[in-house]
Amino acid sequence: MKIVVLVKHVPEPTAAWRFADDLTLDRSAVEGRLSQLDEYAVEQAVRLGEAGVPVEITCLTMGPAPAADALRKALAMGGDRGVHVLDDALPGSDVLATSLVLAKAVQRIGFDLVVCGMASTDAEMSVVPAMVADRLGVPQASNAAELGTDGTTLTVRRETDSATEEIAVTLPAVVSVTDQSGEPRYPAFKAIMAARKKPVQTWSLADLGIDAADVGLAASATVVEDTQPRPPRAAGTVIVDDGDAAGRLAEYLATASFL
Amino acid sequence: MQLTEELEALRASVRDFAREVVAPVIAGHYEQHTFPYEIVRQMGKMGLFGLPFPEEYGGMGGDYLALGVALEELARVDSSVAITLEAAVSLGAMPIYRYGTAEQKQRWLPALVSGEALAGFGLTEPGFGSDAGGTQTRAVLDGDEWVINGSKAFITNSGTDITSLVTVTALTGPDEISAIVVPSGTPGFEVGPGYSKVGWCASDTHPLHLDDVRVPAANLLGQRGRGFAQFLHTLDEGRIAIAALATGLAQGCVDESVAYAKERRAFGRAIGDFQAISFKLADMRTRAHTARLAWHDAAARLVAGQDFKQYAAMAKLHASEIAVTNAREATQIHGGYGFMNEYPVARFWRDAKVLEIGEGTSEIQRMVIARDMGL
Repeated sequence: MKIVVLVKHVPEPTAAWRFADDLTLDRSAVEGRLSQLDEYAVEQAVRLGEAGVPVEITCLTMGPAPAADALRKALAMGGDRGVHVLDDALPGSDVLATSLVLAKAVQRIGFDLVVCGMASTDAEMSVVPAMVADRLGVPQASNAAELGTDGTTLTVRRETDSATEEIAVTLPAVVSVTDQSGEPRYPAFKAIMAARKKPVQTWSLADLGIDAADVGLAASATVVEDTQPRPPRAAGTVIVDDGDAAGRLAEYLATASFL
Repeated sequence: MQLTEELEALRASVRDFAREVVAPVIAGHYEQHTFPYEIVRQMGKMGLFGLPFPEEYGGMGGDYLALGVALEELARVDSSVAITLEAAVSLGAMPIYRYGTAEQKQRWLPALVSGEALAGFGLTEPGFGSDAGGTQTRAVLDGDEWVINGSKAFITNSGTDITSLVTVTALTGPDEISAIVVPSGTPGFEVGPGYSKVGWCASDTHPLHLDDVRVPAANLLGQRGRGFAQFLHTLDEGRIAIAALATGLAQGCVDESVAYAKERRAFGRAIGDFQAISFKLADMRTRAHTARLAWHDAAARLVAGQDFKQYAAMAKLHASEIAVTNAREATQIHGGYGFMNEYPVARFWRDAKVLEIGEGTSEIQRMVIARDMGL
């Protein structure tokens, strides 16, 4: 079974981010890492293999040269090989352009299943899995908390606020997994060493038959007009129980439209 | 000195583990003086106990640089788990790997290397520490068994639920010190109650009493009468690991204090805006950096098969002393909060002092360094 895991190299979430003049994130100014949410995707792909179905796991990233580090981490976690889409025309690509490139690359790799994290930890749009599935013309199951497969069907448990759903999807398909799907492993040193020897291919847009004019900042449908640091968290409302706390709590919730 | 990409990847992996798995729960273990079995289990799963051992025993095929990198990153967050790893590898498993027979290695190493079992190293006695040649514990050969009598003090990892053995040093004749493997649970081998320590409160440390303890003659580790030379070599290597651990503590003081200095406000601005604080932080970072260079250099010499003893001593001396200094400064920067146990810097302050004592006091390091200059 051929699994492609989409992984993204993101700025360290705890670091101070800077934006370039064109309001894209200055990725050279901050240390990067494999998105923690994508680590769950790699982990689930590896666990599918450990559960007994023979898998071949390709980790796919699109990003500047340092994104290769995210690929190496994904390979140390258990991926078999990596593909890095690297092209000077790519910076500034929004989700439409990104999903175009990723879908073309997935097609070129060949796949039964594409596994994604539930969102990236930088832009946090959560739409790439759906867009990639649409471009590939296959079903997608989003926000999976548990995966299982017999090689032809994928079973997915989804947990939402109102219900737990169990669904089955016929492969090929795209699935995104949540941070409740199982803690990703910390790669052991032996796996880190072994990852250095795993094959990583670098593909350009030309390799994928994509016109540079269809990607990058200029081709993106969305435009960032302004960036602002997250405002400091405002102090919350503290209700001290003077015997009437229940009533005041209910009043607060009603005012905030929670009731 | 630049580490390889592989070692940097190991550093990142252990850093994530320390932040995500150790940091959230360690203060509770520290406060309750409980051994963090679940953390140790996960450290075993990620291969940390096998870092410098070959794959044939389940090891990771790394070396002392890899071990040091892992220790440094753990100690940036917590020293109890770091010393548990350091003692388990450098003092527990390494003597078996270095001096054990094929049978001893097959029997003991795989569980130690995987972290499923821990081993202690019983050298120090109630009356003899730095003067380790003064060992009073005696072992007499009776038929095909050693009969051991004596006491050991401050032995790390000697009393956990997963401790499989303690290697003890004992007099096996006049001026003849040997090392003997004593499996946990051997009749007469009594593990005393854990000490109430100033620091390292989530690590396992006990006094040991050996009262007519009988073990097979085959439990002799290495050559009879070579125990003294063996443990000196064991301690030389261990000093590099302690230096890495101390560097991690010193760096942890920098991490915590920089973050605090940017947030904490006094007299209308962040305290980091005052040179009284920013200069302290600059000095702290510089100390951590030089300690790191020193242990990297000593480890590189060990890995290259060169003389490293005096460099290990210098790294250990420097790193442990600057760790104490950084911990004192970090506590000062944190003011009253720095004196509260729930703050990491308070733990750092409590954990730092023993670094100048354990695995060779600062005075012993100075003796080693001075002797190397012909003094």
